[in-house]
Amino acid sequence: MAQVSMSVNGQPAEGEVEGRTLLVDFLRNSLELTGTHVGCDTSQCGACVVHVNGAAVKACTMFALEAEGAEVTTIEGIAAPDGTLSAVQQAFQEHHGLQCGFCTPGMVMSATALLKDNPRPTEAEIREYLQGNICRCTGYHNIVKAVMAASGQDVGAIAAE
Amino acid sequence: MYAFEIEKPTTLADALAALKEEDAQALAGGQTLIPSLKARLAMPSKLVSLAGIEEIKGICTADDGRLCIGGGTTHGAIAREAADRFPGLAGLAAKIGDPAVRNRGTIGGSLANNDPSACYPSAALACGATIVTDRREIAAGEFFLGLFETALEEGELITEVRFEVPEASNYQKFEQPASRFPLVGVFVARYADRGGVGVTGASEGGVFRWNEAEEALASNWSADALEGLSVPADGMIEDLHGTPEYRAHLVKVMTQRAVAAAG
Repeated sequence: MAQVSMSVNGQPAEGEVEGRTLLVDFLRNSLELTGTHVGCDTSQCGACVVHVNGAAVKACTMFALEAEGAEVTTIEGIAAPDGTLSAVQQAFQEHHGLQCGFCTPGMVMSATALLKDNPRPTEAEIREYLQGNICRCTGYHNIVKAVMAASGQDVGAIAAE
Repeated sequence: MYAFEIEKPTTLADALAALKEEDAQALAGGQTLIPSLKARLAMPSKLVSLAGIEEIKGICTADDGRLCIGGGTTHGAIAREAADRFPGLAGLAAKIGDPAVRNRGTIGGSLANNDPSACYPSAALACGATIVTDRREIAAGEFFLGLFETALEEGELITEVRFEVPEASNYQKFEQPASRFPLVGVFVARYADRGGVGVTGASEGGVFRWNEAEEALASNWSADALEGLSVPADGMIEDLHGTPEYRAHLVKVMTQRAVAAAG
C-alpha cells in the first residue's frame, strides 16, 4: 500500500491505495464519489471520464498513484456549490440529453472539456469529440443537441436521425 | 491485475535507475499497458511512470530544422502543437483513439509498443525519423523489428523522436470501426528528392515501407503514378475484418488517397 494525495473538486483528498488501484476505484471506493461510473472498464465507453489537471481522461485507464498531486474534477464538482447546474448540465436536462443516465457523467465531463477548448463547436465537431463516450440507450441525438445548446447555439438545424 | 508497485520519478536518471530493478516496466500513457495488465497479460513487479518527467515532454524545432518531439508528449499535445509545423503528423495524432485517450497516450509509448496497427510507426518509417533513447540514436528503418518488437534494449527509454519535416504529407487510415485502430493506415511524405510511404495495420510483419510506390512517387507525386502498381496479398494479415487480398487492395487505395490529400 502507498499513500496518495491529490485535490478533488477543489478539496484535498488522500488515502491508502495499492499500485494497481485505478483512479476511478479510488474516487468511488475511497472518496465515495460514485458519480463517476464504470461502464466497460476497458477504456471504450467513457462513463468514467474525469478531468485531471484540466484534461479529460478515462479514470478506468489511469492509476490513482499517477494522479498524485494532480487537480482532479469529477461530475460532483461541475455544479456550483449551491447546486446550480452548469450550462452543460442544464442543457442536458432541457434537451432530454439522458435516458437511463448511466453514461451521463462521462458525457457531461467530455462535453465540458470540449467547450473549454472550443466554445462554439459544430455538430460534426461535437460528434467527433464524443467518439469515446458510448450511450447504450443510443440517445446521441439529444446529447448533441444539449451540447449545441450549452454553447449558446441554435439546435434547430440539427437534423433528426 | 496482479499486484505491483508504482514509482513516479521526476527525472530521466531516476526513471532509468528504477527500471534496472528486475521485472520493472515503464508506464508511459498506459492506454495500452493498463488494459493489458487488466487482462493479466503482463506481471511486472514495479511500474515506473514516465508521466512526471518534464524533460521528455514537448515539441521544438532543432537548429537543422528537424522537428523534435519528446517521447513523453501526448497525442493531444502533438495534434495541437505540431499543427502549424507538421500538419500531416498532427492530423495522424488527432485521429488516434478518442480525446480522453489522446490526453494520456504518448508517442514514445506507441513507438516502443510497436503494435502492428499503431499509427505513428508508419509516419516514422515514411519520414525516416530518428528515435533517440537515453543511450543512442536509432534510425526508424532499424527500429521496428516485427509485431510488438523493436530494437530497444531492456530498460531503454525513448526520450525524443526527430522528424525531417516533409514538404507535404498526409495520413489516411481505414478504421476498424469498433477499435478505431487502422485496418490499414498509410502515411505519405513528399521531400524534394524522394517520397516516403509507410504502411501500418496491413502486414503480418508489422509496419513496412512500400518501396515500389516510393519509387513511382519520387518522379511523379500523384495518385495516378500508383495506378499500375499492386501490392501482393502474400504476408498480409487475415482476420475476421478482412482477407489478405482486401488489405492489399486497401494499401493502394489509402496510399492514393493520402497522396491526393497531401497535394
